[in-house]
Amino acid sequence: MTIPTPLWRHPEFAVGARETRDVALGIGAWGLVAGVAMSKAGLGPVFAIAMSLCVFAGSAQLAALPLMVQGAPLWVIWATAFCVNLRFIIFSAGWRPYLQSLSRPMRLFVAYFTVDFTYIAFMRRFPKPVDARAHVAYVAGNAVVSWIAWQATTVLGVVLADVIPERWGLGFAGSLALLGITASLLVDRATWIAAAVAACAALAAFALPLHLNVVVAIAAAMAVGILIDHLSPARPAVERQEDAA
Amino acid sequence: MTAAMTIAAIAGLTLVSIVTRGFFLIPERELPIPAWLREALRYAPLGALVAVLLPEIAMTDGHLVHTWRDARLYATATGVLVFLATRSLLGTILAGTAVLLALRLGLGW
Repeated sequence: MTIPTPLWRHPEFAVGARETRDVALGIGAWGLVAGVAMSKAGLGPVFAIAMSLCVFAGSAQLAALPLMVQGAPLWVIWATAFCVNLRFIIFSAGWRPYLQSLSRPMRLFVAYFTVDFTYIAFMRRFPKPVDARAHVAYVAGNAVVSWIAWQATTVLGVVLADVIPERWGLGFAGSLALLGITASLLVDRATWIAAAVAACAALAAFALPLHLNVVVAIAAAMAVGILIDHLSPARPAVERQEDAA
Repeated sequence: MTAAMTIAAIAGLTLVSIVTRGFFLIPERELPIPAWLREALRYAPLGALVAVLLPEIAMTDGHLVHTWRDARLYATATGVLVFLATRSLLGTILAGTAVLLALRLGLGW
């Protein structure tokens, strides 16, 4: 038996870190804006920073904050965050085949650090499972960079809330990062159509509370995507056989 | 909200992060995920991205933008062009932000 090398020496760690570095500016811009918003919500800097460090979920935090400041019941605060995080439950089904060989505590530990970008980048890197150690090394490299970029800028945003001019719209850098990632996923007809339908669904369901339109858009993209996959005559016969097997 | 309540809220929210992100990783036994669902899951990130992105780039107060004098539209177009030309995420972010700032601070859009 060989002595396992540390995770950060695994080549996939560097790949994960490098891919995340390219969008770190976008993550950081969002962290900054989230920090400013958290500071202005009136929770106080200590709790705002503690919340960011522990919860590590930007949109859920921003949804929960006003409720906390108003003194809403705890269960309402938690239920709100749960609904905003529903997309992660869908993603977790995708994680399962990749992380199944780990122990349960380790699976949950890894899952806790997987934000949206981690999931998307991971699935682009590993369309099919290869080996558990490579998976974990990639996630670790990705998560270390995104955690630092997010937390450092959130703290900065909380501290410098009064100095940062909101008018500039610096948070848009985060949207541009998303834009690039979305564009990189549009690789064929099925993905283009799925994206277009998801956009319509998100718009039609926009009035729903708690970002539930995101869940509607995910469902729409999945339904349309699989429909096209199954109806398309251009689909390679090899894949069809794989499905049948 | 008292300090103790705030701490309880934060602890609970942390648990919510762990439970939602790890939801289907909690059971030990094999989960029968049907093949069609596994295939469909490939499209989940795309749906989430589009839904999160749309209000950021093309909506104001819950409605689609109805003016051409919105700096975000040009920043988005720039970002798309730069990405298609270079496939660089960093370039997309930098070019789009430059256009946004120029239009916001220069023309007040």
